[in-house]
Formats: sequence, structure tokens, C-alpha cells
Amino acid sequence: MNPASAVTLAAAVRAGERTARDAVDESLAAIDERNGELNAFLTLTGDQARAAADAVDRKVAAGENPGPLAGVPIALKDNLVTRGVPTGCASRILAGWVPPYDATVVRQLAEAGAVTVGKTNMDEFAMGSSTENSAFGPTRNPLDTERVPGGSSGGSAAAVAAGMVPLALGSDTGGSIRQPASLCGVVGVKSTYGTVSRLGLVAYGSSLDQIGPLATNVADAALLLEVIGGHDPGDSTSLDRPAPEVSSHLDDGVDGLRVGVVSELMGEGIAPDVAARIRAAAEALAAAGATVEEVSIPAISACLSAYYVVAPAEASSNLARFDGVRYGNRVEAANVTDMMVATRTQGFGDEVKRRIMLGTYALSAGYYDAFYATAQKVRTVLRAEFDAVYANHDVLLCPASPTTAWRLGEKTDDPLTMYLSDVCTIPSNLAGHPAASVPFGADAAGLPIGVQILGPALGEVNLFRAAATLEAAAPDRSTIADDEEATR
Amino acid sequence: MTSDNESPPINRDDVAKVAALARLELTEHELETFTDQLADVLEHAADMAELDLGGVEPLGTPVALENVLRADQPADALDRDEVLASAPAAEDGMFKVTSILGDAS
Repeated sequence: MNPASAVTLAAAVRAGERTARDAVDESLAAIDERNGELNAFLTLTGDQARAAADAVDRKVAAGENPGPLAGVPIALKDNLVTRGVPTGCASRILAGWVPPYDATVVRQLAEAGAVTVGKTNMDEFAMGSSTENSAFGPTRNPLDTERVPGGSSGGSAAAVAAGMVPLALGSDTGGSIRQPASLCGVVGVKSTYGTVSRLGLVAYGSSLDQIGPLATNVADAALLLEVIGGHDPGDSTSLDRPAPEVSSHLDDGVDGLRVGVVSELMGEGIAPDVAARIRAAAEALAAAGATVEEVSIPAISACLSAYYVVAPAEASSNLARFDGVRYGNRVEAANVTDMMVATRTQGFGDEVKRRIMLGTYALSAGYYDAFYATAQKVRTVLRAEFDAVYANHDVLLCPASPTTAWRLGEKTDDPLTMYLSDVCTIPSNLAGHPAASVPFGADAAGLPIGVQILGPALGEVNLFRAAATLEAAAPDRSTIADDEEATR
Repeated sequence: MTSDNESPPINRDDVAKVAALARLELTEHELETFTDQLADVLEHAADMAELDLGGVEPLGTPVALENVLRADQPADALDRDEVLASAPAAEDGMFKVTSILGDAS
């Protein structure tokens, strides 16, 4: 259950020391062993995966380069469209939909030799922080199955944490990669908005959404980001520049790096165990040669509110396309309006309905200025405050999640309490900045704690330098699982 | 431009109205629950007014968008049969919509 890293595995496959087929069979066996318990995968693509692995092995035999991720099994969040493979966003309205094309990232993965083994569970349309809003039941945290894995990319985080796959892709609109990474004890990265193509990502909040890697270690996340980054003419918000080049900087260290600890995210609302680990991470960077000081970004206090106006507003518009006509399921009725109402009422879950209504309200006449326009102004102020701090700092530290993994059902009756769990991750999405969660120890119960590293737009190199340094300084991850094992 | 007062609380009628706009049907019980939950979130949103936002321009997207022109040349498109295969209903190479004028028989 401790798979080789993706970097090591791909090198072994390229060198002919290990077959892609063997790696994929091992992944499928690990999934078979634990998916019934964890519900991390909604769809498995075993036959296609074996065929794709065999194709990689044939390339190796023929002396061709099968790519940087040769033979590496990967899991895809169910909101990434895959040609010929059902893509449902864990929603009843889209269940069984078979897309006629591949997302750009899916095409890039195939070209890099990675092998998709299945589609992972998520909060419906990526709306949630615990993966309990799936129409197909919650995913459980592999480190403690009574607890949530976080969300919305909870299936992808759980799949990596359980050793089912070395790599997975998630999407991050308000923390949906970084928060589950923190709760499951894996690495999760959301890069600068526009560095990874959104073509073929089912849209939730278009000005916030980014696809990104989940991995067991920083080097694997770096490699995966390099594969999926880069310009895509098919995405109007794709930056016209190559993928961030970060792998070559992982050994650079942090000597002279200027680090800020975000004071607004270290006090009230943050569990003491979590804050203590973030302070320990800051000390580790200082010990490695970085300068560390507290910084203040007051606009963070308004970010949660701004996010829960902007994201639902964009969602209410994006999800208008689910009308029972072009894709997904239809509930028949006497006329087209009744059909749309019946289809959407039966097809969407409660959280999706809440956000659609919230967004519709925030965009409606009379409330637009008070909510939507105000939220957009908060984004401007936030960016200006970040810019001022980044004039003197290279990266910032804060928690990825205010708490460690909570129990299933603990927050499902109170949406606002659930929303508060996104408070640490939302600022980076509103600003369009890169951020990562790296495991850095555990709480008293042995549940993993992620330290979040924030950077300015296109500051991925320094972000990964800090991530690699913290990874090297972190307590051994296996001791977390062992501790947890012992407390069960 | 921005509200300096408390945000307007959302009531049942507002929720019923946005549900209708969003093509959603709510039971009486759902109307009750959603009204309370949305009010919670909107009350929380009042903290945005605590920032000084006078003269601040709104930020719609993190990327400075520029119009992009391309040559007017045909390119590969999605396969029609493949697209329609996953549609709820199709006929003669087209999406089939439920009756728009009047009720279907």
C-alpha cells in the first residue's frame, strides 16, 4: 500500500525495469481492495487502463520515449470530461453522460504516458467541503473512515492517501484541492489562475476554477503540474506562456527566502493544534535560512463572504446549461418549461440548489450592487493588499484548513458552518494566486495537518522551493497513519 | 454604490421568486429551510461592507482578458452522432426538445 513515487515509477517504466501493465494492475488491485469501504471512485476504467498500459510498454520495447509520466496510474475527478467514459460530477442530473471529447488535461496526460484508472467521487458539481454532497454517497477518509476526506476533490485525495494511485487530478474553486489534501495527509496544488487549461472542466465558478495535482510528495505534484500546464487556445483565460517549470528548483532550498505568516489566519477559528504546526513550519523554514515575520492582510476577513457571493453567482449562470436538452437526464413533462423545472428539481441536490438560488439572488435587480459588485470590489482590495505584502515577501504561510478531518455528518445540517471550513483557502482563488498544501505533522489524535504555502501570481518556483523544504522537515507521514492505526 | 447598512434579509417570497427564476420547484418545507439557510449566508455577507470600498473598481476575473482573433478556417468539430448519442432525446440529427408551444399530447 505504499506505491513508488510517480517520478520513480515513470523512470523505472522508461528504463524497462518495470512494466506499465504491472503498475496499473497493482493500482486496480489496491482500488478493488478498499473502494467498497472508501467510495473514492465512482467509475473504474480497468479495461481501457490495461490497454493504455500495454501501449506504453510497447513504446518502451520499441525504443520510443513513452513520456514523463510513463505508466503512472492516475485518478481523475468526475468533473473532468473524458471521451467515452461517463462524466457525471457526482450529480443525478448528469449521471451516465458520456462526453464526446477529452478535457485538455486528459489529452495532455495521455500524451505524457499516464494511465487513467477511473473517475473519483466529489461534492456535486464541486460544491462542498467534505464530499458528502455526492449523489452517490460520501467518500470516507482512509486515515479514519468515520471522518470526511474534505472536499470537493475528496475522492481524488482519498485515492492518493489510500495508495490506490500515486497521482490524481482535482479542481480547486475555493480550496477543493488543498483542503482535502490537508485532511488526507497528501500534497495538493492549485497553480496561478490561467496556468492550467479549464477546457473540459465542467464549470462551477469560472473566474476561480483551476485544475491541479494531488500526490503523495512534492516532486510528483511538480511533475504533474508541468505536464498539465501551458497555453491552450481553447480556453480564453489560459495564459499565453509555458507551464511553470518547478521540478528543477526542488533542491534550491530557501536560503534568503522571505516568508510571511498570515496573522488573520492564525488566531480565532483556527484549531490550536493546527496553528502550532504552522508555527513549526515557519520555524523549519527559518532554520533552513529563510527570514520569517508576521504579515497582515485585513481584507481576508471579507473573503469568505465575497467567495460565497461570487462563486454562487457564477454557478447560477454556469449551471443554467443543465436544462434537460443537450446532455444529462431529462424528466419528461407536458411542456418545455415544466420539463426543465422537473429535470432540475429532481436532478440537483440541496447544496447545488442553495448555491444556484444564492447566486440568482445576488445577481438580481436591486441586490446586484449590494452583493455581486461589492464582492468583486473585495477581490480588488484583496489583490492590492496581497501585492503590498508580496513587495517584501516571496511566500506566505497559513493553515490549509482551520481544523483536521471532522466526523461524517457533523456539519451537513448547517451550510454556513461548512462554508467556514474554506476560510484559509478562498483568498488565493479570489486573487488568482498559486497555493499548495503540504503535510506537516498531525494533531493530538493523529489526524494530518497541512501547511498552506501561498505565492503571488506566477510565483510557483518559490512556492515549490518552500514546499520541498517543508516536506523534508516534516515528521514522517507513515507515523501519522501508524498513530491513527494504534488509536482505533 | 455599496450598502452601508445591513444587507437586506431574504424572505420566503424572495426565495420563491429566485427558485422560479432558476427553474427549481420547492416544497413548503424546503422553502422554509432554504430561506433560513440563505439568510444566514447573506447576513454573514454584510461583513463586506466593513471594508472601505469607496472608489474601488470591481475585479471580475484574475486574468486581463484580451480579444483574440483567429483565421477563419474550418477545423475539426465534435462528431454529431457522438454528441447526440448522450443527449436526452434526438431526432434527424438534432436535439429534440419537449413541446414549446402548448402541451405535448
